[in-house]
Amino acid sequence: MMDILLMEVFPRPIHVLSGSVSLYTFIAPQNPNKSNFLFLHACSPHPTTEERPFSSLPEVDLYSTGICRGPLGNLTACIWLSLQNSMILSAAIFITLVGLLGYLHFVKIDQETLLIIDSLGIQMTSSYASGKESTTFIEMGKVKDIVINEAIYMQKVIYYLCILLKDPVEPHGISQVVPVFQSAKPRLDCLIEVYRSCQEILAQQKATSTNP
Amino acid sequence: MGVCPVVGSVLSHCPPSSFSRHKELLLFFLKPPSMVLKAFFPTCCASADSGLLVGRWVPEQSCAVVLAVVHFPFIPIQVKQLLAQVQQASQVGVAVLGTWCCCRQEPEESLGRFLEGLAAVFPHEPWLRLCRERGGTFWSCEATRRQGPGASSEDQVTLIFYDQRQVLLSQLHPPAVLPDRQVGADPTGTGGLAAVFHTVACSEALFRSDRFDEGPVRLSHWQSEGVEASILAELAKRASGPVCLLLASLLSLVSAVGACRVFQLRPLSFLGSKLSTCEQLRHRLEHLRLIFSTKKAENPAQLMRKANTVASVLLDVALGLLLLSWLHGRSRIGHLADTLIPVADHVAEELQHLLQWLMGAPAGLKMNRALDQVLGRFFLYHIHLWISYIHLMSPFVEHILWHVGLSACLGLTVALSLLADIVALLTFHIYCFYVYGARLYRLKIHGLSSLWRLFRGKKWNALRRRVDSCSYDLDQLFIGTLLFTILLFLLPTTALYYLVFTLLRLLVVAVQGLIHLLVDLINSLPLYSLGLRLCRPYRLAAGVKFRVLEHEAGRPLRLLMQINPLPYSRVVHTYRLPSCGGHPQHSWGSLCRRLFSGELIYPWGQRSDRQD
Repeated sequence: MMDILLMEVFPRPIHVLSGSVSLYTFIAPQNPNKSNFLFLHACSPHPTTEERPFSSLPEVDLYSTGICRGPLGNLTACIWLSLQNSMILSAAIFITLVGLLGYLHFVKIDQETLLIIDSLGIQMTSSYASGKESTTFIEMGKVKDIVINEAIYMQKVIYYLCILLKDPVEPHGISQVVPVFQSAKPRLDCLIEVYRSCQEILAQQKATSTNP
Repeated sequence: MGVCPVVGSVLSHCPPSSFSRHKELLLFFLKPPSMVLKAFFPTCCASADSGLLVGRWVPEQSCAVVLAVVHFPFIPIQVKQLLAQVQQASQVGVAVLGTWCCCRQEPEESLGRFLEGLAAVFPHEPWLRLCRERGGTFWSCEATRRQGPGASSEDQVTLIFYDQRQVLLSQLHPPAVLPDRQVGADPTGTGGLAAVFHTVACSEALFRSDRFDEGPVRLSHWQSEGVEASILAELAKRASGPVCLLLASLLSLVSAVGACRVFQLRPLSFLGSKLSTCEQLRHRLEHLRLIFSTKKAENPAQLMRKANTVASVLLDVALGLLLLSWLHGRSRIGHLADTLIPVADHVAEELQHLLQWLMGAPAGLKMNRALDQVLGRFFLYHIHLWISYIHLMSPFVEHILWHVGLSACLGLTVALSLLADIVALLTFHIYCFYVYGARLYRLKIHGLSSLWRLFRGKKWNALRRRVDSCSYDLDQLFIGTLLFTILLFLLPTTALYYLVFTLLRLLVVAVQGLIHLLVDLINSLPLYSLGLRLCRPYRLAAGVKFRVLEHEAGRPLRLLMQINPLPYSRVVHTYRLPSCGGHPQHSWGSLCRRLFSGELIYPWGQRSDRQD
């Protein structure tokens, strides 16, 4: 009797032959003359083997490659067999799909937009890969200035554009620093162009607000 | 007009390599030059007939909020009367802002002069003239100010379209202010957009007349097709008065019964404070009193709280009835009762095995035999008593469970609290073991620390609350050292028993904690607010967002203002109902410290400590 320790009896074997319980084993690739599956009936006193034209699953012989010795072999065999079980596989695929959708909807940002309207305020929009858009609007009355900040991150210096908000209590203080383009992270040359245009508008806005 | 198509220009200035590696950045800079006037125009009036613009002018932000359009023909006196009425009702300065012209082609000269004449009848600075070609997409807009006789200056106008119904019904949630700042009482002071929202919200009086009214003045606004109303809502409002009165009196009766002197007596009040079911019932009673109180909600926050409470109670009762139907169907209670006693027996057996293991050589450690046997036998006898008690109770279990199952109709939270209490009662012996072990261990630790000080020649000065040196006699030192040695060598045994029972107790506490968490979730989740955020996102606004509409050079800038809804996390944070107060009071560090020194831990703060 073959001492195959792959004792996973599938509740629904792929082939049911006269209601008998079947065990599967796989044929090693180093036996090229044998194709596909060996189909073993375990409950008969002499195991009969039949060859079936059934090549949907890969052919590996765990027994002959030597990893099937001892308790580690049991574990490996069990894991391999459970992977063959379509239920777990489909569950894994489903979880991967859900995770991917979640990543596209919540994490991956495709496009970032900055809209400055002179008398109204500044609006920042981030569009995600799934089409979702998240918007923040800051009124012009709260904006103190737009600056390029530099920061030391690990071994390099990075530049980022940020909006400084006024402090309602202290006239010369800053209550919050809001960075923009956090996902796109443009380089300094782009940031300088953006900065210049923003400063033009802010200067104009300050001029009009001081002479009513 | 100074709108530069900046997208192209910025892209051309940046070196192409920097953009090829980045995601798309889009920048729009819109700068109408010099004096800018913002005109908020409702989208519902965009196709209305020509007429007068009526609204509010906010000089600080230089913005005009148009609320409605008064159609020709009208009598100026009646228009002024209507405006005075609205001003009185809403405390908002409503005035005629300008003229609106919507016609097939360019307006003729006579119409133009007629419109000029109107400016003299309704004096207002600045005077707006909006004009739109029917079927065309572009608008023209002028605002004139009269500065001195004959001279007039024109302002540039930015048109901002807004959905009147959404702005009326929405509620702005300003970003969370820091606790050291004061929240301004006047909403107009906090920003231009808040002023717009405030204006529209206060002008309900203006929106009461619709197209089908026979009044002297014809208005166009969001309700001009007919005032929105619902028969069910009206009926509910009428019926709610007497029903609330009746239920409020019933509830006050119930709470009076609950507050009577019998329950203040020692054993019952102690039990009431320990059992979480009583807590939960009291909590729910408060909720019901809030719902059925006859006082009207003063502000939107209170209204939301009432609505959330109603939703929470309804969900609770619905889930409870579901549980009830599940329990009572197919004699599940019988099955449950049949399995309960064997489970309790099994737990007791496992505990006995555990104690036998401890009495032997647990994990290879060598215990002090005599102490081990004493403690082990003591606990074994305790378990034996407990098992006998459980067997005594076994005929009544099914009846008790049946009545407990009935309590689920009061709500799922009540049933869960009862379950937590039952778990606590069934594992009472584990609690007792923990207390014995902890007390013994604590005694030992205290003794050890005191004798250690004696060993070093020091003493604890209770008056000065510090350690002082002290000279002991020889016999004191001798006895002290002996005792110290004894206690030290007995420490591993006691410590092991303490460890094992503490772990068991923590396990039970974890199970109870999970149940309390679930109860807390049902109690405090603001379901109505979440549902509102899902179905009517414009009601809860975190802010606004603007979209630039088609633009043509020489025409005023047009923007569409939409409501930016509140994110779900902020909805939950702002509107969550206060929970029962069953949260752990200690941080992890202090918990570990207390465990190490053997003090008893009470996982939730006891309400009896905080009550007067």
